[in-house]
This record gives sequence, C-alpha cells and structure tokens, in this order.
Amino acid sequence: MKSTRISGLFERLRSEGRTGLIAYLTAGDPAPERTPSLVAALERGGADLIELGVPFSDPIADGPVIQRGVERALKAGTTLASVLEIAAEIRRRSEIPLVLFTYLNPVLKYGFEALARDAAAKGIDGCLLTDLSVEEAGRYVEMTRAQGLDTVFLAAPTSTPERLKLVAQYSSGFVYMVSRTGVTGEREKVSSSAQPLINSMRAITNLPLALGFGISRPEHAAELSGKVEAIVVGSAIVRIIEQNADSPSLETCLEAFARELRNAL
Amino acid sequence: MTISQPDDRGHFGPYGGRFVPEVLMAPLEEIEAAYAAARCDEGFQAELRDLMESYAGRPTPLYYAKRLSETLGGARIYIKREDLLHTGAHKINNCLGQALLARRMGKRRIIAETGAGQHGVATATVCALFGMECVVYMGEEDMRRQRLNVFRMRLLGANVVGVTNGSRTLKDAISEAMRDWVTNVETTHYLLGSALGAHPYPLMVRDFHSVIGTEARRQILERENRLPDAIFACVGGGSNAIGIFHPFVPDETVRLIGVEAGGRGPKLGDHAARFSGGSPGVLHGAYSYLLQDDDGQVSLTHSISAGLDYALVGPEHAWLHDQGRAEYVSVTDKEALEAAQLLSRTEGIIPALESSHAVAEAIRRAPSAKGEVYIINLSGRGDKDMDIYRENLKDLDEVDTDLRAF
Repeated sequence: MKSTRISGLFERLRSEGRTGLIAYLTAGDPAPERTPSLVAALERGGADLIELGVPFSDPIADGPVIQRGVERALKAGTTLASVLEIAAEIRRRSEIPLVLFTYLNPVLKYGFEALARDAAAKGIDGCLLTDLSVEEAGRYVEMTRAQGLDTVFLAAPTSTPERLKLVAQYSSGFVYMVSRTGVTGEREKVSSSAQPLINSMRAITNLPLALGFGISRPEHAAELSGKVEAIVVGSAIVRIIEQNADSPSLETCLEAFARELRNAL
Repeated sequence: MTISQPDDRGHFGPYGGRFVPEVLMAPLEEIEAAYAAARCDEGFQAELRDLMESYAGRPTPLYYAKRLSETLGGARIYIKREDLLHTGAHKINNCLGQALLARRMGKRRIIAETGAGQHGVATATVCALFGMECVVYMGEEDMRRQRLNVFRMRLLGANVVGVTNGSRTLKDAISEAMRDWVTNVETTHYLLGSALGAHPYPLMVRDFHSVIGTEARRQILERENRLPDAIFACVGGGSNAIGIFHPFVPDETVRLIGVEAGGRGPKLGDHAARFSGGSPGVLHGAYSYLLQDDDGQVSLTHSISAGLDYALVGPEHAWLHDQGRAEYVSVTDKEALEAAQLLSRTEGIIPALESSHAVAEAIRRAPSAKGEVYIINLSGRGDKDMDIYRENLKDLDEVDTDLRAF
C-alpha cells in the first residue's frame, strides 16, 4: 500500500521512539477564517496530526464542550464544503496530516465519491465517520481508499472480539480507540477500560493505535506515553478556544497547551 | 406481495440499518439476540399477552362512527380505539414489550425520550409496574406544551430531564437519551418509543404494535365481513401507523394512508412532512426520509402536535412509500384542529392532536367514498392536549358556558 502522510507520521514516530499528539478541533469554531491559524498554533506547539471536526446539527457522540463548539461553527456558516476549503488553506503552508472527523449525514448529502475526490484534492489525508458502522461501510471504504485516503474507524470498550477484527480490517492509517463508554469530554483520569482495549487490539492488528475520549491533561499524556502510538485531545482544546475566542492570545494559549501535552509524552 | 420484513441487518430495502457510534454496536447486537430469543419464547409471549389484556386493556374496540360517517355522507368510518388503552395512547404496547425484554437482559435502569409525553408516561408506567429506575428526556419546548404529562411522569416516579439543546423538541430529546445510553450502556436499556433508530428497534417496535392491526383486521371482518378500503394513521416516527399497517400489508386491496404533520405550511422548518419535503439521510441510527438542508444539516420542524414534530420518518414507512404500498400525505395544524372538533362533536371522542391528523385526512376523503369502509387508527386521546386546544380555539373559551347551555 502506498505511503500516506499518516503512515509517514507513524513511521517517523516509531523511529523517534515517541508517542504522537493528535489534536481535535471543530473546523469553523469560532469562525471558518480562524481555523487555519489555530491549527498552525497547535502544530507549533507540537501537534503531530489534526482532526478537523465537521460541525453537525445532532452530534450524539459529543459532550457539552464540543456540542457548543459545533453550534458556534454552524452559526458561523460552516459546512462540509467550507471545511474542505479550510483544509486547502492549511495545506498551503503545512504538511501536517489532516483527518476529517465527521458524522455521516453531511457526507451522505455530499456523496462518498465526491467527498473522497474533493478531500484528496484539498489535502485531507483520511476520514473518520463517527456513526458509520463497519457493517455499512463497504462502499465508503472502497471509494475513499481509491483516492488514496485512509479510513479510520472507532474501536470501543464494548466492542466484541469479532467487532474489533472488523474494525481493524476496515481501518487504515490508524485505529481510533475510544477509551471509555460515553460522549466526548474532559475527565480527571484515564479510564481503566483503556488498557484492556489496547491489549485486545494489539492481539489483532499491527496498525498504530490512537487513544481518545477523556484525555485532556499533561499527566494523562505522561501516563499513556509508550502505551499507544498516539493520544487524541479534543474537548480540552475546544474549551480553550471557547474561553479565549475573543482574545488576541488564543493562538498563544493553544500553542502552549499543545506544548505541555507534547512535553509530557 | 411486498416484502416488508427487514433483512438480517435491519434493512427495509435501502432504508433502516444501524448507523451509530461503535460503542453502541455491541449493545444493539445484544438487544437483537435477546429479542430474537424472546420472539419465539412462548413464556415471554404469554406474559406479554396477559399484560396487554389485564393491564393495558386489550383488545381495544373497533367502533363504528355512525354520526361522523353520516355527517360526511360517504364512507363508513370505523375507529380503532387505541385511545382507550391504559395511559391514553398506543405507546403502552411497545413499553410493555421492551420492559419485559429489559428485565430478561438484566437491565434495571430504563431511559426514554418523549415528544408529546405519551411515550414518557407509558415508560414511567411500566417502570413503576416492574420496579425499574426511569429517566425520561424531554425537550423544554415540549415540556411547556405538555405540562400535564410531565407531572404524570413525575407522579409515576420517573425523573424527567429537560433538554435545552437545539430546537428543544423530540429530536434533541433522542440525542440526549442516546448520549446517556452511550455512557451507561452496561446497566441501561434505552426504551425507544417509535419505529425509529438503529436495528432492531424499528422491527421490535413494529412487532409490539402490530397487535393493533391484527385485532383491527379480525374485528372488521367480523363487523363488515370484508376488508376495509383504506386505513388512516398519523406518522411521526410512525409506530402506531406501522402497528396497524403491518398486518394489512399483504392485503393489496387495502389502501394504507399515513398522515404527516403539514404544520404551518410547506416551507422547510414549518412542518414535519418528510416525504414531500425531505430526502434520504441518516439521523439517530437509521437511514430514511429526512428533513435536511443542502449541507446535510437536520432541519428544524414544526407541528402543533409534539408527537409528530420530528425530522426523520421510520425506515419501514420509507420502504412502503417507495414500493407504492402505502401512501403518505400531510395535514396542517389548522386542519387537524378542525378535525378534532368535528370528531368531538359528532362522536363524543376528543382525539390527541397527533391522531387528529389521521382523522382530518379521513374526513377529507370520506364524502366522495360512498360504499367504502375506512378505519382510522385513533392512537391517543386528547386529555393531554387541553392546553393547546384552549390556546388555539379561543372562541370556545370565551363563550359564556351558562348561556350556551340554554
């Protein structure tokens, strides 16, 4: 299989002996024109991969922080098409891997084939569709891979061994491990269900594993360093955006937070 | 014959399926397996049948609405009296079934969403009956519209949680219930109240309500010695409609007419008529006709009846629609209100606002259908809607009642 920015990243992480930092933000929050500079700040702080969240009216897998981010982005007029333009803008100045993180319906409306084509052209490297189960994903995977994009799927603590096999089979680039049952959001501690899930998945696949949901602090990063190939931090970043949206120091705050996480890994 | 069983992944033609985050996939498989076993377990079915009869009040009558029929001067209209069931609507059928299933799966905590409050009341009722913990999510706009039902749920021991997101109606209540379920999935059964959501919910909800159609078919054959020409039912998610339609699907001469909420008019956002105003999409786990904008964002909806105020129609209805086996029309808020008044005054039956939509379509067609036999599924009674009727029928409220009596 041909090398992508995502597989390139995980090869580099392996040779450097380092755990990667994946940063999620909702594209268009607080406004579409702000996203490229927020991504640049996260990259300066040490983020290795960016998940660009596509805002959707009914984000059932998200907790209150990301729900509010999504509302701000929708209010600012963000659509799937404008997220692709944001990606193109980021790509003009950066080679950081970009994964589109979205609910299914906006993609259905756009069309699997059209999205794969346009996303590849704008510099997106992979897609994760939160509510597309592997059982329903055949055509999507085929069309998305045909454009050289990676297809990332979720594995959860509730997933049976049979389901974990399917998730591994349909995933490329990496597997997104959901550390606990529940919606997105910051937590005090890394869930105790994370390690058993990591162990089960290791027995099934050689794909890199990224762990997310609830991971929000440098001490979480330190705890997980070396246990997975990357960690995903989302709500903590969106909260910083929410609290500093009108402040000229938003980029500085994001950069500093990313650096703290990166230094703890 | 139209094939309307879903396939083994819950597809009705291209519709239905299972579109949820991975966390919920294994729990849905667990429900599917438990339901498949319960479906052929005579003990389970016997207990359900007994509760349906001795607790809920089945079978419900099929009543010949003589004065309404004569007033309209056309079709002979029968009314399937689901409004006479315990808790005041058909919703109890499915709640009894799913509560038995939850008990079988060892889940003691039940969550539900509710729009008009009827499903919430029915859920709170069965939780009281089985001694289960009950949490009901309800949009704050719907709590305002259906205050009495909120109180009924609390009286029954349920915890009613107001949802302040989005349009603060049924859609947002389902999203919030799904977030609860995703979090507490080990201990909790999500008692979904309509023929919506991921497989096996549309199948399971339909099965639990198909007793409506099975009874109606037997009753009309007894009364008229023939099948009806048309059956009318309102369609929000579509549980009462699929319940009465399903046993008649093989009877090709019987026209199945689903009535959606036409709201204030045909502009997107003013109604909940998914077939005329929507296109296929995914919401809350199922693929079906959806009211959405050009970017795939789910539209806001409006209906005077909270129970029809939802952006997606149940997937089996989408399939029956595309097959041409059922027909879907819409009725406006105003027409539903007029129908409610006519039924109240000719038959002494005050319908729920949801059911009034089905009544309105039957009223529209009956005058030119002499010799035909109609059945209206009267899914619920109007007690819960008195505040809305009063708000919208101000002239009645202002009449001096003493003078009127003489």
